[in-house]
Amino acid sequence: MSANGLPTAVTTRGVTKTFGRGDNAVRALKGVDFEARCGEMIMIVGPSGCGKTTFLSVICGTMKADAGSVDVFGTDLIHLSGGRLTDFRGRNVGFIFQQFNLIPTWNILENASIPLLLQGQSRKEAQDAAAKLLTEVGLGQRLDAHPRQLSGGQQQRVAIARALVHEPRLLICDEPTASLDAATGHKVLELLKASACREDRCVIVVTHDSRIFSFADRIAEMEDGVVKGVHNSGEYRAQYV
Amino acid sequence: MLRLALKMLYGDVAKFVMLLGGLTFCSLLMMQQSGVFCGLMLWTTSTLRNIKVPIWVCDAKVEQVNEVVPMRDIEVNRVRSVEGVDWAVPLYWGLISARLRDGSFQPIQLTGLDSATMMGRPAKMTAGNIEDLRLPNAVVVDQIAIKKFKQKGIELHVGDTFEINDKEARVVGICYAEQSFLGQPYIYTTYDRALEYAPPQRKLLSFVLVKPKDGVPAAEVVERIRKIPGITAFTDGEFNDRTLDWYIKYTGIPISFGTVVILGALVGIAIAGQTFYLFVHENVRHLAALKAMGAGNMLLAEMVFLQAFTVGAMGYGLGAGLTAMVGNVFLKVGEPPFFLPWQVLAFAGSIIIFICLFSATIGLLKVIRAEPAVVFR
Repeated sequence: MSANGLPTAVTTRGVTKTFGRGDNAVRALKGVDFEARCGEMIMIVGPSGCGKTTFLSVICGTMKADAGSVDVFGTDLIHLSGGRLTDFRGRNVGFIFQQFNLIPTWNILENASIPLLLQGQSRKEAQDAAAKLLTEVGLGQRLDAHPRQLSGGQQQRVAIARALVHEPRLLICDEPTASLDAATGHKVLELLKASACREDRCVIVVTHDSRIFSFADRIAEMEDGVVKGVHNSGEYRAQYV
Repeated sequence: MLRLALKMLYGDVAKFVMLLGGLTFCSLLMMQQSGVFCGLMLWTTSTLRNIKVPIWVCDAKVEQVNEVVPMRDIEVNRVRSVEGVDWAVPLYWGLISARLRDGSFQPIQLTGLDSATMMGRPAKMTAGNIEDLRLPNAVVVDQIAIKKFKQKGIELHVGDTFEINDKEARVVGICYAEQSFLGQPYIYTTYDRALEYAPPQRKLLSFVLVKPKDGVPAAEVVERIRKIPGITAFTDGEFNDRTLDWYIKYTGIPISFGTVVILGALVGIAIAGQTFYLFVHENVRHLAALKAMGAGNMLLAEMVFLQAFTVGAMGYGLGAGLTAMVGNVFLKVGEPPFFLPWQVLAFAGSIIIFICLFSATIGLLKVIRAEPAVVFR
């Protein structure tokens, strides 16, 4: 349980990560302490190169930290083996990427059904669930369309459907509005907030985009490889934006 | 996911076509050239199939069937005296010139059969009767003679005449014979008449054709004949292998065709390997995204190998189909030689499998090395 009574989703203590060796070594994370709660959308902000994306990679288990502890819904990711970590990601983490990362040769129904197919569900089951979510995000009429036939906002909506189709408990969003104009970015965040934020789920967003800070419940400020402070969204915007 | 892996492959039309084209060309080159090589090798031993006997006796210095070192006629009787020999007949086999009606010359493969038994006669007559060879100046020509004469403007029919060494030869029949290595038409006549047609020499017997008695192994009879000084004997299988070995060892044919086949394989490896690597390289971000979303390395390996082997199978199939089409045209025209045994298909298939394994492996290494975190960069 966290301080406010909501269950803790992610807790990290003293997380470090260094790239390279010797004189070329770059310490990207220098002992990050962080906590994210269920039911909230927390944004991680900070200047370029402060370690946001590295930290996000560590939290979601796509990168191993050198030291420290990373607890996600009670699972210690630091000590999970490669195969079990992959399995953990597949079942518990949903991803929304800056560049969408939709596979261009597959239609959006196929793209959105990937996480369920990876879990071993049948094509029909996976596509039924994906179609339902795509309909919810307003793309029900375009299930056969390929990503290149869609606008950036529509592609990000497909990415949201893909991220949520397997009902993950942790949703990781890396600069979800960076490739979108302001109005579309706003709509995408509205959709994300409406469809993703639930009591049993935690949404972590890494962003530079101050226009979407208002959607966050809390904002963690990173600088030089550490979390400098965590603020309520209103406080942070009043102070910095 | 595997179905989607194939969709990923087909969706990148440019690279798919490039891969398919490369592998098809590679298969075609390897199979077509190997087919011509096998056809050529088949031509070298056509005499053994045109004159079908169990045992061939020849001069001890003869190394292969297309080489003639004349023997004395007495050798026939010496062979007949060997235990286990059912019958032994003489054969004249020599390359001489025929003079056509218009005065032009055509090299021919003159084959003189024992007139009593006609042993070594052509298996298939398309006109006339082989027994008519006993008539004066009679010869039987093969379909290649008809074709060669026609190329010189002369239509050859039963009853027509031409000259061999200034002596008349009257066509009493037309047969089908497999083409020889040198491509000269087979002209059959009796042994005695062949000696009349042949230029005068001290010794004129080319081969003695032998059949062992029923129940006596040919190899046993061959061993006994080999004990006669100055001559040797081979079973038809031995002679076939010996002839093929000789052409492989003493001519540049295998090197010439082998070079083209190796080049074909190298071109396939270069084009397919490079294109497939590019295909994987361009998709590595998507594959890394799949990895981030929970796809294990084993699944990604299955996807990459399926893609490589699918395009490989298609390229191989197209290559084999095109080879068969080209071969069919060759066989209809009669030249160049063409023979496509299953071993050639298996050989080309194994090279294509190697190319697919190689291409998929270098692509897969890139995928395995790709950290899923790359999707955040």
